[in-house]
Amino acid sequence: MKRSYRSRSPRILGRLIALASVLVFSGSSPQKQLSVYSKAANYSVMVAEHNGMDYVGLLELLEPLGTVNARANGDHWKFRYNEVEAEFVAGQTRTRVRGGELNMPANFVLENGRGLVPISSLITLLPQILGGSITLNLSGRRLFVGDVAIHFTAAVGKGDPPKLVMNFGNPVNPMIATEPGKLQLVFTHDAVVSPGSQTLTFDNKAIPSATFEESNGTAILQVTTTVPAMASFSNDGRTITVTPASTPVLPAHAPSPIPPFAPPTVAPPAAASSAAGTPVRRHVFAVIDAAHGGDERGAALTGQLQEKDVTLAFARRLRELFGLRGISALLARDGDLTLSLDQRAAMSNASGAAIYIAVHATSEGNGVRLYTALMPSGGGNQGWFLDWETAQSSFDGLSQIAATSVAKGLESKQVSVRTLIAPLRPLNNVVTAAFAIEIGPTGDDVSQLSSAEYQEKLAEAVVSGVEDVRDQLEARRK
Amino acid sequence: MIPRHLLIAVAVLGIMALGMSLYVWSIRGTVVRTDASTPNTQPVARPAAGPSEQVTLYVAYDEGGTLRPQAARIPLPSGRQERAEELLRALVDIYLSKSSPHVLGAGSEIRGVYLADPGLAVIDLNAAFANGHRSGVLVEELTLSSLVATLSANIPAITRVKILVDGKERDTLAGHVDLTAFYDVSRMNQLVNQLSAEP
Repeated sequence: MKRSYRSRSPRILGRLIALASVLVFSGSSPQKQLSVYSKAANYSVMVAEHNGMDYVGLLELLEPLGTVNARANGDHWKFRYNEVEAEFVAGQTRTRVRGGELNMPANFVLENGRGLVPISSLITLLPQILGGSITLNLSGRRLFVGDVAIHFTAAVGKGDPPKLVMNFGNPVNPMIATEPGKLQLVFTHDAVVSPGSQTLTFDNKAIPSATFEESNGTAILQVTTTVPAMASFSNDGRTITVTPASTPVLPAHAPSPIPPFAPPTVAPPAAASSAAGTPVRRHVFAVIDAAHGGDERGAALTGQLQEKDVTLAFARRLRELFGLRGISALLARDGDLTLSLDQRAAMSNASGAAIYIAVHATSEGNGVRLYTALMPSGGGNQGWFLDWETAQSSFDGLSQIAATSVAKGLESKQVSVRTLIAPLRPLNNVVTAAFAIEIGPTGDDVSQLSSAEYQEKLAEAVVSGVEDVRDQLEARRK
Repeated sequence: MIPRHLLIAVAVLGIMALGMSLYVWSIRGTVVRTDASTPNTQPVARPAAGPSEQVTLYVAYDEGGTLRPQAARIPLPSGRQERAEELLRALVDIYLSKSSPHVLGAGSEIRGVYLADPGLAVIDLNAAFANGHRSGVLVEELTLSSLVATLSANIPAITRVKILVDGKERDTLAGHVDLTAFYDVSRMNQLVNQLSAEP
């Protein structure tokens, strides 16, 4: 009956965390749960109510930690954890563990052969059963087995822009959500504990304070901000940095922690400032994602020409042309870097961009193809949280408008263009207008793809097409 | 004294045993010896498991990047799952033929199709299929839509499709088209309609 919870993939863990967070934040009343943190595994068990008190199943609670079994015989319930035996009697508070008697604060409940104990009894029961110390946060329903708590420090530096740097004792993987005025980090499977005070104040106008709260098996760190902010991971997940969103750092909305990454660059918008010097557009308008990169070369277009190189060159050209028109554009990668699809979507989502453009290249076909997302079968949105697989759904119409406009721009330059839907990640994960452009040669000469003249022609058409619907894209962003 | 009928029976059995021995001796030289250490790698012809039926295959054409329905007669077994497998194998045969309109890598095969309730079809490709596939958004989605459209057009009640490679989930077919997701046939049909239209 012993099960190992250590070898789960980060992806599954990430989705579990997301799911748990969805439950926590959804509009409906979430199911009560007790989170357990131990060296063997971090997990949650469901909480049941009996006579107004919270109960948990002892078998489910201890199963991930060792070998357990139980046998019901009438009102008696015999339980065994590794070599430790315990006996409970339904309707009674008195129990026997390791041959000694203990009193629980409320009666033991036997329900369909399942033994339930009051959560408050765990303080006395578990040290006897596990043979070690535990810490129980009753109000937050968080149970720490052994010395597993993750402490952290938080401080805002004096630099400009301001940065809230939080250093954790171990790598953490919180779910991060932003909304006007706050950035929330939800720790479900990380044993993060209070830094001492529930409220942290910082001597900074942009990031004035943060609060730490524990409830229903989660720890929530809510950072109050006066400007849009985003978070980035570094130091193998041990450091989270919160900065104003206009600062180009890698965001952290992906389901898994993001490894250190060379900062992307924003094109200096030639007309991005008003006469008074106030930025006209606070956010990046476009995220341009040169597909592939690093270890992932994409298609081998010729013996020497790789897709990843063509996409980067074209993305840079787009950025340059956007910049010349006073439109700020961010490159997802500005070098030969390996980025996951989740990281690319996360970057776009956290940037608040009005449009996401993925760039691909092919040696086949004739001219250009534009793709909008073919949405996979998805589970639907929950409360504040969008389903990752179908996050693009509500922007589908706007994406079509943008792609159609770009197609017109290309046609006006006598470029053959075709608009299709495609199951092409991360289009479906992006929460703004999004399309992918696949540039191909006009004939058999594949080397045309790396020609500056050809790229310039296509890039001008793309930028013109996007600019034509800029107001619609901006309107949706607001 | 031994009864006469027993003597006759023993004599007949003796003659039969002698005859059989002579027969075995005579066919001894015709036995073909096979060497177990060198397995036969020749492809085994697909058994004609049922009567030929008319089906509609959605065939991808690289020329023009289109998907076209094409009537074909192929022998189909009676089982729903086996029919699904034979359909897709017939489609792959077209792509592996000399006059292929949409070339797949050598050795591409459909390992199996699994029909699960409710309405889910899991198509399991072999590694050669994915590893040898050309890389590109359109060329990959032509393959995907061709498989899904052929399956859903001929096997009723399939509403969702999932693609595996060698029984495992794979991120993309050849660097572009996503294979991690489950796809609704209704949404995939939108793509099929787009690809069926001449560009």
